[in-house]
Amino acid sequence: MDLEKTFPEGSAEDLEAPPLSLSKMAWMRFRRHKMAMFGASLLLFLLLFSFAGALFFSEGYANYTNTDIRLTSPNSAHPFGTDPIGRDILARTIYGGQISVIIGLSAAFVMVFVGIFVGSISGYFGGWIDAVLMRITEAFISIPRIFLVLVMAKFFSNKVPDITIYGSTFSGSVVVIILIIGLTSWMSLARIVRAEFLSLKENEFVVAARSTGTPTWQIIFGHILPNTIAPIIVAATLGVASAIIGESYISFLGLGVQPPTATWGNMLDGAYQYIQTAPWLWIFPGGLILLTVLSINFVGDGLRDALDPRSRLI
Amino acid sequence: MGRYITKRLLQAIPTMFIISLVLFVLTQNIGDPVTTMGGRDPIRPDDYERLRTELGLDQPIYLQYVYWMIGNDWTKVDVGGKEILGTRKGILRGDFGTSLMDRVPVMELVWSRVPNTLLLMIPAQIIIILFGVSIGIYSALKQYSLMDNILTAGSFIGLSMPVFFISLILIYVFSVLFQHWGLPHLPAVGMFEPAVGKTPLQVAIHMIMPVTSIAFISIASYSRFMRSSMLNIMNQDYIRTAKAKGLEKTYVILVHALKNAALPIVTLMGMDLPLLLAGAVVTESIFGWPGMGRLFLDHLEGSDGPVVMAIVILVALAVILFQILTDLIYALLDPRIRMD
Repeated sequence: MDLEKTFPEGSAEDLEAPPLSLSKMAWMRFRRHKMAMFGASLLLFLLLFSFAGALFFSEGYANYTNTDIRLTSPNSAHPFGTDPIGRDILARTIYGGQISVIIGLSAAFVMVFVGIFVGSISGYFGGWIDAVLMRITEAFISIPRIFLVLVMAKFFSNKVPDITIYGSTFSGSVVVIILIIGLTSWMSLARIVRAEFLSLKENEFVVAARSTGTPTWQIIFGHILPNTIAPIIVAATLGVASAIIGESYISFLGLGVQPPTATWGNMLDGAYQYIQTAPWLWIFPGGLILLTVLSINFVGDGLRDALDPRSRLI
Repeated sequence: MGRYITKRLLQAIPTMFIISLVLFVLTQNIGDPVTTMGGRDPIRPDDYERLRTELGLDQPIYLQYVYWMIGNDWTKVDVGGKEILGTRKGILRGDFGTSLMDRVPVMELVWSRVPNTLLLMIPAQIIIILFGVSIGIYSALKQYSLMDNILTAGSFIGLSMPVFFISLILIYVFSVLFQHWGLPHLPAVGMFEPAVGKTPLQVAIHMIMPVTSIAFISIASYSRFMRSSMLNIMNQDYIRTAKAKGLEKTYVILVHALKNAALPIVTLMGMDLPLLLAGAVVTESIFGWPGMGRLFLDHLEGSDGPVVMAIVILVALAVILFQILTDLIYALLDPRIRMD
């Protein structure tokens, strides 16, 4: 065998493997996490179901009512059956999935935005700013989320007009629900970010940045914040799952996204009345919520282990 | 100790103030309660104005907040065109006002429902602790065994399960299918069979499914928590010493390890209260259980501000006090924690 070919450069230094970057190491650890990989594949499949499924059914079909075929049980024409006004449940779970996923992602974005803002300002400045912000955080934690969310949903109900984006009309309540869920879930992230800032702001690199006259906002968001990215990613992932569940709770109680826009949550509203006669009304959307949230929780757990091995719960 | 409690209680005051302010602004705008007061008939415009004045809804919001907080018996209010002294005492003196829908004192309404909610929550909490702790211990002792993996997967399902979905599954299986198969089945709605009356047995039978639903979603987090706590303790030096001394395994586990591993459960109970209450709102609405959650939903629907405010304020107060209490108990049980 030709040695020259196997080790072209020959020197010992080059034989060492290049140092793995942090993201590569995290990916390696994530890949070894069986449940996380299972969750990621399941999630991919569910996303395909919702977004590629839209290629086969139009949104008009999903909202098309035909009372002649109301409450038909699953058959070849309607694999998931039809609802009390004859809409096809398969098509509705596909479009409902899109809205549920969009709500989950956007609400998590709002949550991360507010959580980072409150946590970093509070942790960096300390003093009375910290005291005030932490009392507000505590106030929001102390109201069980469902009460606050329902009061807010009722507060905004019927006050927002419909929105048209790219030709499809969304009920304005989608935006309301995103804001409500985002604005009631940022508290624990804010506390995490604050704790990280409290310890990080004493480090030399912050003192160095300050002594060279770096503007405060750049120290906060450019120098300190990138060091807290691991817990933020984990919280954001789990935030998507909790937002999807949150939407389903509000919609199940009839205060969420208004029809005809379908979500997995509002498809369940009223299904209870047909529990004896039409179980397919709630089994499919409910099962999809469970599977989606489950797979996101698996991924979140894997990310926690991969990004921050110290925080691992054995 | 006394200083610590005082400090925590003083800290709770601004928190409660912020909560009340936010909620007051929200609940004042959840809908107009006066429009539906005429029942089926549309309300006449002059009646509408009169009712609004009588209920004090025409006042500016900051004044309404002041009246709600400290009462209005120190000032003149306009009732039916006459200026008389107000009668409300304000929440600081325990008066949460009158329900707009039922015309009875809010507290009377709330207190009539609290026992029913506790009837669901206390058994649920007992089941959660029993199952959560024992599953957690088992998983920790048999780490990475087949059963541990199954229980872990099961607890992830519990963590991801919306409470209404497990409720619907339970109703479908134990009420609908069991009835269909001619088996004895569980009742799905209410607290007792009206024909039989409110006997303890009837209430117990009606409690089974709501309590199971609430417990199911919380057992998961307790068992995960207990598992990691137990694993952590089992690797400690003093456990190794106990084993090396030749103590029996069950004795080491139950006496040496469990005592310390179970401590964090106290903290978890403090954090879990809001979750239990949330579970109660949804389960009570599904199972037609006449508790606080149902009261909240019904009166939110009817835009009954005073009742909604009272429930949320009381729940928030309970959460804060419970948190302080669990912190204190934890500190009492664990001498390593000092209060300062």
